[in-house]
Amino acid sequence: MERPLTKNIRPDGKPLFIKEYESLGGYQSVKKALAMQPKEIQELVKKSNLKGRGGAGFNTGLKWSFVPMQGEFEHKYLVANGDEMEPGTFKDRLLIEGNPHQLIEGMIGTAFAIQADEGYIFIRGEYTYAAEVVAKALAEAYEAGYLGNNILKTGYKFNLHLHTSVGRYICGEETALLNSLEGKRANPRAKPPFPQVSGLFGQPTIVNNIETLCNIPHIINNGAEWFNGLSLTPGDGGTKIFGASGKVKKPGLWELPFGVTLRELLEEHAGGMRDGLKFKGCLPGGASTDFLVEQHLDIRMDYASVAAAGSRLGTGTMIVLDDKTCPVGMVLNLEHFFAQESCGFCTPCREGLPWTEKILQKIENGKGEMKDLDILQFHTKFMGPGNTFCALAPGAMAPLQSALKYFREDFELHIKEHKCSWK
Amino acid sequence: MLTAEEIHEIKEEFHLYPYKQAACIEALKVVQKHRRWVSDENVKDLAELLEMSADEIDSVATFYNLIYRRPVGKYVILLCDSVSCYIMGLETVLQHLERTLGIKYGETTADDRFTMLPVPCLGTCDHAPAMIVGKDLYRDLTPEKIDEILNSYK
Ligand SMILES: Cc1cc2nc3c(=O)[nH]c(=O)nc-3n(C[C@H](O)[C@H](O)[C@H](O)COP(=O)(O)O)c2cc1C
Ligand code: SF4
Ligand code: FES
Repeated sequence: MERPLTKNIRPDGKPLFIKEYESLGGYQSVKKALAMQPKEIQELVKKSNLKGRGGAGFNTGLKWSFVPMQGEFEHKYLVANGDEMEPGTFKDRLLIEGNPHQLIEGMIGTAFAIQADEGYIFIRGEYTYAAEVVAKALAEAYEAGYLGNNILKTGYKFNLHLHTSVGRYICGEETALLNSLEGKRANPRAKPPFPQVSGLFGQPTIVNNIETLCNIPHIINNGAEWFNGLSLTPGDGGTKIFGASGKVKKPGLWELPFGVTLRELLEEHAGGMRDGLKFKGCLPGGASTDFLVEQHLDIRMDYASVAAAGSRLGTGTMIVLDDKTCPVGMVLNLEHFFAQESCGFCTPCREGLPWTEKILQKIENGKGEMKDLDILQFHTKFMGPGNTFCALAPGAMAPLQSALKYFREDFELHIKEHKCSWK
Repeated sequence: MLTAEEIHEIKEEFHLYPYKQAACIEALKVVQKHRRWVSDENVKDLAELLEMSADEIDSVATFYNLIYRRPVGKYVILLCDSVSCYIMGLETVLQHLERTLGIKYGETTADDRFTMLPVPCLGTCDHAPAMIVGKDLYRDLTPEKIDEILNSYK
């Protein structure tokens, strides 16, 4: 089984710097890309069926194709989204820290495909080590002529900078990220206009997830057919970095083909539940995805199958709930996070999330009433898709609505017994 | 008054953006690096330097988790309070920190050494529970490990 994204990452995760990276075939795709037509690269990536790894799963080549290729622009921008603040998600850190040049190489190919001349790597502030590693790798890449005003003497110009953030989950939302890069509060922007047309500083901009970008060198080097062949699911190209946290025997990250089953991930790779514990459910792709439970263990981990089961593949890193952890407490923790991280721009989310948190706290404290469950249910509709300015609030409702569906008796038990029986 | 060094460092950041107001967050970071936190006076000085209103700068400063508008201790402890750490024993770790340091979230120890704040998922959930002290990440926390870590920050 091929693992293009992680095969060169050392077991201890220590970064690979330029000499070693080049000796393993690094930066070949830059030479290849610069000899191609930008539109040709866009087509190649479209055919590869690479879908955005930031959560939404949109075809990457198609997304790029909305960037205007004619006309005069002051700049065109490419931004790597390394905000990674979705609870339960820890995959981009590995890619940045373990192999920073793979990211830079992917960004050069991408920038050329959309003819961007400026780029930013946006990294959350808490990832101080990742930022150090990227800063060093950027300096090396400039030195070697892969970045700058005349890349590999072809006349192509792309300058790439590091931007470290100062916290807030909403910075990961791509239009909020652009406001943050402009030095403003990270409130999302209205769409349209889409960033591809009017993004950073009003110029055409592509924002891609770190993992998405790290796939680009391999697609340019090996082609779309090869990339599609890595996956077990037709229509979803490539591998995915899956992960698990919670009380499993071997929490961690694994690069695997799309289409492996949830059971295989849980039992083979994560080593199953710790002794004495039972699997109760999991959020398959981070905090903003719906719970899956035992009946779903045989579903395949790809975008369509997870969606058909009522959840989302999201970031592909699952959070596992065991039978000795209180599901109400877990959902309360999640809603606390979302309430804190709401950017406050629109009313349903700003008011609704703290309200939701309060009710869950009340239930967890044994002070809940049956009608509270109806209020929670109401919120899941009221903050559902289409009722708020961005996807943060609907994401917050995903674990809640599915918990109300699958763990309803646990909520009711808290209310009937006037306490949390897990404590 | 901003120091010459601070002003120099902030001006260096201007090159990365098309206009200087876009360096607002960078400027706040520079001030905080030198002073641990950003005071009202610093906000006013930055406003002058960046040709923005002080309110505008403050609206940005107060939006972000990692810009401190109140004094903090020498080392800020950022304890992950998100879901995987919750499952893996956040409560025990938090109680141990509270007892050992004698402070709660948002407070600073009497010797001005530590301020403790909650932070969303630190992206190291396979090694939960986790925290950052200063710039350093610590994972798989236990009460014993925490004692050792705290003792290494003098
Ligand atoms: C609240 C919120 C937080 C997000 N956080 C991230 C993030 O940390 N990293 C990321 O890549 N995408 C994040 N996204 C998705 C981005 O908006 C965007 O879809 C993504 O960066 C696009 O890249 P992709 O097409 O390569 O996936 C977030 C979305 C929302 C609504
Ligand atoms: S849904 Fe929440 S995070 Fe999104 S714009 Fe509204 S208030 Fe902000
Ligand atoms: S939930 Fe604590 S590190 Fe992710």
